[in-house]
Amino acid sequence: MRAASLFIVLLIFWLLLSGVYKPFLIGSGLAVAAASVFLARRMEVIDHEGHPIDHAFKAILVYWPWLIKEICISALKVSKTILQPKLDINPKMELVELSQKTDLGRTIFANSITLTPGTIAVEINKNSVLVHALSEDGITDLNKGEMDSLVSKLE
Amino acid sequence: MTEILNLASWVSLSLGGIFCLIGGLGLLRMPDFFTRLHAASVIETLGAGLLILGMLFQSGLSLTSVKLIFILLLIFFASPTATHALARAAKVKGIKYFQKEGDND
Repeated sequence: MRAASLFIVLLIFWLLLSGVYKPFLIGSGLAVAAASVFLARRMEVIDHEGHPIDHAFKAILVYWPWLIKEICISALKVSKTILQPKLDINPKMELVELSQKTDLGRTIFANSITLTPGTIAVEINKNSVLVHALSEDGITDLNKGEMDSLVSKLE
Repeated sequence: MTEILNLASWVSLSLGGIFCLIGGLGLLRMPDFFTRLHAASVIETLGAGLLILGMLFQSGLSLTSVKLIFILLLIFFASPTATHALARAAKVKGIKYFQKEGDND
């Protein structure tokens, strides 16, 4: 089931990148997609981590818009800090708790933290993530747990 | 319609350029390794994002825009991974992070 969906996704990817729709090229696309799925199956990487298609719609429709909004807000904050004549920074390195149960969920959470300017995920443990923040606000915002609960709903 | 698209494209491209510049300035002004990483993440999010948005306005609905979106997705997935790898390497090597003076906790 997951292998079939991976085949379709790979084929669509090929068709979008190619843009030339002649029988030979479409045929190559089919062959390459089939070969990739075959190899991925043999390597046993087609699972909920390697091809998390069941999370895709929720992630794109709910999580990404929220994350993009957060990224814009904090990027503007960091830009303001950079442009001030006197650098007003107060870097902190602290543990922030996380509630995700799967490795995929922890990865999404840590990557979201790093993607947001002003906070970087430095080290990930089972129940917490070590975050370096440009100012105290970054840690306080993460401790409120909005991002954490949104990611937990996703997994 | 073309004029509006051109205007939107100009605004996004200029803003993207400005944010890349701010990020570069931040790289120079920040005091240590970790804080410089924060400045760099402004470039790869708002900088790259707005530049690609501006190019999307130019390419309209075509296969080129699909490719631009793929590039944006690649940046958004790969850059935090690279930043995390750098930060963790610095932590493992024991690089001390900059703290405000008189802040000893």
